[in-house]
Amino acid sequence: MHELGITQNIVAIATEHAHGAKVRRLSLEIGQLTAIMPEAIQFCFDVCAQGTPLEGAQLEIIQRPGRGQCRECGHQIALEQPFGVCDCGSTHLDIIQGEELTIKELETETLCA
Amino acid sequence: MCVTCGCSDGAQLTYTRPAKPVADTEPHSHTHVLADGTVITHSHDRAAASEGHPSHPHAHSADDPQNGHSVTTGAKVSARSAAAHAHGTTLTLEQNLLAKNDLIAAQNRGWFKGRNMTALNLVSSPGAGKTTLLVRTITDLRAELPIAVIEGDQETANDAERIAATGCPTIQVNTGTGCHLEAAMVDRALEELSPPENSLVLIENVGNLVCPALFDLGENAKVAMLSVTEGEDKPIKYPHMFRASQVMVLTKIDLLPYVNFDVQQCLDYAYQVNPHLQVFQVSATTGEGLDAWYDWLKSTVKWPGAVDTAC
Repeated sequence: MHELGITQNIVAIATEHAHGAKVRRLSLEIGQLTAIMPEAIQFCFDVCAQGTPLEGAQLEIIQRPGRGQCRECGHQIALEQPFGVCDCGSTHLDIIQGEELTIKELETETLCA
Repeated sequence: MCVTCGCSDGAQLTYTRPAKPVADTEPHSHTHVLADGTVITHSHDRAAASEGHPSHPHAHSADDPQNGHSVTTGAKVSARSAAAHAHGTTLTLEQNLLAKNDLIAAQNRGWFKGRNMTALNLVSSPGAGKTTLLVRTITDLRAELPIAVIEGDQETANDAERIAATGCPTIQVNTGTGCHLEAAMVDRALEELSPPENSLVLIENVGNLVCPALFDLGENAKVAMLSVTEGEDKPIKYPHMFRASQVMVLTKIDLLPYVNFDVQQCLDYAYQVNPHLQVFQVSATTGEGLDAWYDWLKSTVKWPGAVDTAC
């Protein structure tokens, strides 16, 4: 249940940036090679958002598939887990996509005037 | 680097304000750059534009506590154009979800460095033998190396009591329902423990091969422990942990004759997940393999006099 701690972080960061305004929508980017379950974040979000400017906000989660690049031959392969074997036989892979854990955007109901 | 535009980290926030253009109006969109570098792009409908905008009579300032910016309307702009500002504000954050933890971890790292301490984050599943190896290590090395221990468990101070029995400064952190230690817990524990300068701080994480991989505590290295009474496929079952670790210690090797554990297969799996892993095979009971482990521990500590002797 590390998703609970992470969701608390999400709510804290978003609350800080909202400066008291009510948040309508929050979008996150979560790579599929991180040990984070989007469903669990969604579940924890409703609980953590209670009593904060994020209560009732729409949570969007963008999932990024894993990709690795071989250090030996430079070939790129799709990864389902954070390791793999390149077609050339090498296991020296750099993960180039799938480890994202980011708050992308925050939409608030702020009045400009 | 920001993935949206390729700018560097910590760069400006972008405020994008989508306005719904009404038919028969020409939306007028423009961008302001505030003194603090904040970029604001927004649009007005033609009515507002015809009344006040050709001469551009409004200014944004960054001193509004509500939303970080405000609009000062010009004399000719009516309430109608002010109403056109009532729309949502989208903030592009691109902020790491673990940023708060990582910041405190960075503070811890500075704290350790300033006191010439080395910190190791010991992770494994419950029962892999972390505490037993620690007790043996402290007993064997205490004459050569000052060691302090932070013990993480959900409940009980049993492990801290075992360590404290060796005479080593110890503090127990009980996480309650938490399944891992976080940087803030280590920060608080260090305050209470105040380990001596130039010491080796061993942080025994909560027994868990999943969550501790994500949370940086400010350590110099993560050390994953795996006992031969577990499956040899643990490195590929819990790849995040073995990938995040710099060192793997295979424990309880004195039990190898009695268990069905293929060491070579285990190492193959471990190197597949992390080709740079450094591996030690030890038995805290018989002492086999401990010398190599101790040599490595000692090599991680930067002695205060080391520079002088080198000169």
